Amino acid sequence: MSDTTTAHAPSTLVHQFDDIEQQRLADTMGMWLFLATEVLLFGGLFTTFFVYRSMHHEAFIAACQTLDMVGGGINTGVLLCSSLTMALAVHAAQSADRRKLIALLLATMVLGLAFLVIKFSEYAHKYHEHHIPIRGMAFHFDGEEHGLDAAHAEETKLFYGLYFAMTGVHAAHMFIGLTILSILLVRALRYPTTTENYMPVEISGLYWHLIDLVWIYLYPTLYLIDLH
Amino acid sequence: MSIVEELPAVPSPAPVEVPEPNYLNAGYTLRSWLLTTDHKRIGILYLISITFFFFVGGAAATLFRLELMTPGADLVESETYNKLFTMHGVLMIFFFLIPSIPAVLGNFLIPMMIGARDLAFPKLNLISWYLLVIGGLFTTWVMLVGGVDTGWTFYTPYSSTYSNTYVMVTAIGIFITGFSSILTGLNFIVTIHTMRAPGMTWFRLPLFVWSSYATSLINVLGTPVLAAALLLIALERGLGIGIFDPALGGDPILFQHLFWFYSHPAVYIMVLPAMGVESELVAHFTRNRVFGYKFVAMASLAIALLGFLVWGHHMFVSGQSYFAGVVFSALSYMIAIPSAIKVFNWTTTMYGGTIRWDTPLLYAMGFIGLFTLGGLTGLFLAAPSLDIHMHDTYFVVAHFHYIMVGGTVMAYLGGIHFWWPKMFGRMYPESWARFSAILIFVGFNLTFFPQFILGYTGMPRRYHIYAEEFQVLNVMSSAGASILGVGYLFPMCYLFWSLKYGKPAGPNPWNATGLEWQTPSPPPTENFPITPIVDEAPYAYHHKELTH
Repeated sequence: MSDTTTAHAPSTLVHQFDDIEQQRLADTMGMWLFLATEVLLFGGLFTTFFVYRSMHHEAFIAACQTLDMVGGGINTGVLLCSSLTMALAVHAAQSADRRKLIALLLATMVLGLAFLVIKFSEYAHKYHEHHIPIRGMAFHFDGEEHGLDAAHAEETKLFYGLYFAMTGVHAAHMFIGLTILSILLVRALRYPTTTENYMPVEISGLYWHLIDLVWIYLYPTLYLIDLH
Repeated sequence: MSIVEELPAVPSPAPVEVPEPNYLNAGYTLRSWLLTTDHKRIGILYLISITFFFFVGGAAATLFRLELMTPGADLVESETYNKLFTMHGVLMIFFFLIPSIPAVLGNFLIPMMIGARDLAFPKLNLISWYLLVIGGLFTTWVMLVGGVDTGWTFYTPYSSTYSNTYVMVTAIGIFITGFSSILTGLNFIVTIHTMRAPGMTWFRLPLFVWSSYATSLINVLGTPVLAAALLLIALERGLGIGIFDPALGGDPILFQHLFWFYSHPAVYIMVLPAMGVESELVAHFTRNRVFGYKFVAMASLAIALLGFLVWGHHMFVSGQSYFAGVVFSALSYMIAIPSAIKVFNWTTTMYGGTIRWDTPLLYAMGFIGLFTLGGLTGLFLAAPSLDIHMHDTYFVVAHFHYIMVGGTVMAYLGGIHFWWPKMFGRMYPESWARFSAILIFVGFNLTFFPQFILGYTGMPRRYHIYAEEFQVLNVMSSAGASILGVGYLFPMCYLFWSLKYGKPAGPNPWNATGLEWQTPSPPPTENFPITPIVDEAPYAYHHKELTH
């Protein structure tokens, strides 16, 4: 891409706004409101989880012990690092540092992908242990090992069901986040980076941080129930 | 309100045969409509699509009202009957009532009322319409070829385990449409916050904008929880992950909590915009300021807030704790306060006004009476002791139809008539319109008033085989429904007729205040030739009378 290109990034002032300040205000506010809807979406799932956790405390503790606490912990670190690179990418976009922006977006994507790879290896592990409560798949939970009778061992299905639902919805958000990052990357490669067009990076950064934040809550909720 | 003319008067052009450029003649191709980002065109697209869903949902109602003429099962079998009332409920609620006033009138009017060129996110607005249409057509198709028999409430474990109908795909259709609702709400909130014209302070906003704002808050905060609930149902049904399955220790009542956490506020998504329209109609047709403007505006926010705290009144007989029932009952009673503030303020607004009995006011008067009746019967149902008697009877059916049809549809039609000249630049035929407004009022009451008595004397809802002593009232109800149906067909016909043959309206046929009347009809693509500057409160009829 030559530096003589005169193409403008598509995020300069659009017709319905009076000035760029108004547009930035609207864009930021729109994203924050969207994040509020995401919080409520996950809120419904978290509520369901907490209700069942209090109803079936023993089964949930037993099932929680079979999760890979270390893998989840590493993933937490990976996501926190990706939030750091994302925040730096926003800074690079604001100061129109194109090379840094491209590098940091790439780093964020690599970390996001690493998270998904670790997550899916955890899923695969659960598959081998027969801990997936899906119709048509053999489910087996060794109750005796965890001091549960047969009826309580059956209740662990609820835990695994919610574990897959919650981390699955989170992983879907990671995919969406990675798609957004790749669009930003293409934009950064194709258009010149100016101090005017950083808004897409900034509001995508907000979204990325929220996915990170959701995981920060998911990790102790799902993995660390029995730690005091 | 006034527009400060910054430019010298343009010398009037020679013959005015070439029409002014406006949003309708900006393009005639299908592409210019399907790819438009103009909020006014998107409003018209919504108008067409929800009218379609209204008539499909109405067709289902026609069939089961016919079936209910006799106590036996003569026309349809039980399974078909269950599918029909589910189809009626799902289509009317998710694809007609929820988008009705916000998506049609809100889209068309909010930017104009606040003096903006468009909504904050025009492309998102178009995407919202596509999501509604995709979700709606998908759901309609599923219901026509297969059907769902769970009722619009999808209660578990029937919906997740036992029903042999197309629950999962219907849930997906509603899930998709939920995003339309969320994104429209988000768009309105951001627009109202950031794009008001100079001088348009919060307390100069028309009350329709205030109620749309309150509605949008519910859209944004409530809909995601429904999405979560539907997602869990779909996982349970599709993959057998037993989340609400009592056999695994799951709790079916938890689903009811999640469902009503959205679906009770959704009732206010349906009625709050109608209250906004009502405020406009009452002010404009009695040529008076709205009495207690700030109270009416704040009542909208109070309803939106309290609406999130009353969902438990749907579960008085579901095994919810008695204490929770008492708390939810008290909170439900509190909703009556802001609602009553509005009703009293509308009636007081009329006092000393110059009342014009045009069609929009007829609908507005219908709204006040029917909404009050619907609201007061809601208090019966909010009392746990009475609700044990009336739960799941026709009393409930009559109650919410008085709010949803007597309230929302009346206000919607009143609003459509009031702003029709603005939308298309033509007047509707007044006598036909008055005639059908009265016909709809009569038909509505004949349909639903007998249902109060039916329910009170013990006829349960959702049954099509009933005791013989209920037949007379059921026949009355079905007769009323036929009148109501004809009443709805009239506006369809004469409004369509008026597009070509109606009297040209001019920019302000009602001589009304409000920025939307200060621009040509139909308005140009960006609404105002120059950005208006607002220097007074809304409904300033006391000033207007002096200048005319």
